[in-house]
Amino acid sequence: MSHRTDVRRYRGLSGFAVVFFLWLYLPIAVVIFYSFNENRLVSVWTGFSLKWYAAALDNQNLMNAVRTSLEIAAIATVFATTIALMAALVLVRGKGVRFRRVSETIVNLPLVLPEIVLSVAVLILFSQIGFANGFAKLAIAHTTFCTPFAFLPIRARLQGMEMDFEEASADLYANKWTTFRRVTLPLIAPGVFAGAMLAFVISMDDFITSNMLNTGGATTLPVYIFGLIKQGTTPELNAISTLIILVSLAVAALALFIQGRGGSMTDT
Amino acid sequence: MRDFRFWGLLPAHVLMALTLIVPILIIVAVSFSTRGAYGGFEFTFTTDAYRQILFNEGWTGELEFNPQYLYIIGRTVLLACCTTFLCMALAFPIAYWITLQGHKARVILLFAVTLPFWVSMIVRVYAWLIILGNDGVIEKGLRLTGLVDDLPSLLFNNGAMLAGMVYSYIPLMILPVFASIEKLDPALIEASHDLHGSRWVTLRRIILPLCWPGLVAGAILVFVPCLGAVLEPVLLGGGKILMMGNLIQMQFGGARNWPFGASIAIVLMCLVMVFLLLNGLRATRKAMEEMA
Repeated sequence: MSHRTDVRRYRGLSGFAVVFFLWLYLPIAVVIFYSFNENRLVSVWTGFSLKWYAAALDNQNLMNAVRTSLEIAAIATVFATTIALMAALVLVRGKGVRFRRVSETIVNLPLVLPEIVLSVAVLILFSQIGFANGFAKLAIAHTTFCTPFAFLPIRARLQGMEMDFEEASADLYANKWTTFRRVTLPLIAPGVFAGAMLAFVISMDDFITSNMLNTGGATTLPVYIFGLIKQGTTPELNAISTLIILVSLAVAALALFIQGRGGSMTDT
Repeated sequence: MRDFRFWGLLPAHVLMALTLIVPILIIVAVSFSTRGAYGGFEFTFTTDAYRQILFNEGWTGELEFNPQYLYIIGRTVLLACCTTFLCMALAFPIAYWITLQGHKARVILLFAVTLPFWVSMIVRVYAWLIILGNDGVIEKGLRLTGLVDDLPSLLFNNGAMLAGMVYSYIPLMILPVFASIEKLDPALIEASHDLHGSRWVTLRRIILPLCWPGLVAGAILVFVPCLGAVLEPVLLGGGKILMMGNLIQMQFGGARNWPFGASIAIVLMCLVMVFLLLNGLRATRKAMEEMA
């Protein structure tokens, strides 16, 4: 069937797609372009320079913020993924689980609440019980809103899986723990990986909660960048943003690569 | 191991109860309290915080109607609706176009659509600050054409916030819409054509109705975070044009009026609940699933 007569095609759609992708990527390109500007003012181009990258990499506050973000994201990912995995195993595999629907809604609750409400909730809670450790506050709050993001891909993977292998394993006298470790876990690994990945990215990206709880001395990367933007746009900010863009794109590509080996993207 | 049913769910329930459900009950309590002398709150049952949304207290204690906060609530709902609608209008043709491509191209294009979403939200909003700002990319581009000399500022208005929010949330619309179009049987489109339905009739009568669940799922995913947006109003709205998100944030930051902030948060939560109920719980659950 030639393209012209294919009834599924609409005229002008390809042109629209080109414009759409330009719109999608232009802002990112603009940020990267101006990071090489030698001038102190972002929008006044005076020449090519890499000095803002040197300044960014030399910036101790920035590096501290990166470390805080990575540590919180790592802790939140481990806890959220573990909690989500256990919940998913019960909710998908458990027989005769009472209040299954309610439990599922509770696990997914952070998804349907605007994050600002969640952040106000934990702020008041922590202030009421007099909990002042900024780092721990963030780690706990991040675990809460990362859990459903870890839960959904794991549940999807479990639902798409037959019980055959686990039954075979039980027939071969493996106990439940061995079956889980040697059969179930390897089979759902792509789902667990996707969930952990999503949780990590959501935590790294979080601004609203981290900003609201930012009193105990734990400043994450987005909150630090927000502070810089408030002071005015500089090419150093663009250099920092470009570094973040490059790292995110590398992580995204890696995730796709690993997912591609473990099953297609739409599987999870 | 039989009791795994119990203790497997326990951590999730304890986490959500302690960090979400109990704190939300506390928010409700705070919204009926009075503000403390040094910030915080003191619990004495009063509806003052809710009254403050609608009325100003005059010098002599008389109440006068003050629509200022109603405007903010109205603006928030309106901007969230516009963002959702624009995301639909942009995402549907793109998702449809992607489904027409070959298998390999489809995977790559879907990846390309979601790729910007992996980049930090704050960086993406910052990009729009540079584009729309004074001496920004748009102003420079227009000056090059020689048509304009000096533009009125493109930043710090509703349009700038809308642009930022559409850009931020569109991948959340594309994925569920794509999933629903992909499930569409091409034979139905051909059948419509054989029955002398034009392309537009087919689109309106066949394709759109069948893809409606995907559009609704996408609308939930976009609308809810839009109602609670904070970054866009603060950076692109300049902190002067408020939305509910940054109004709440201000009460817990500089303004130190916790009961008022809590009452706005409750109003926001009620808006979300009304929206979700209107869409039905099934569509909501579907939206959650599509997200994974």
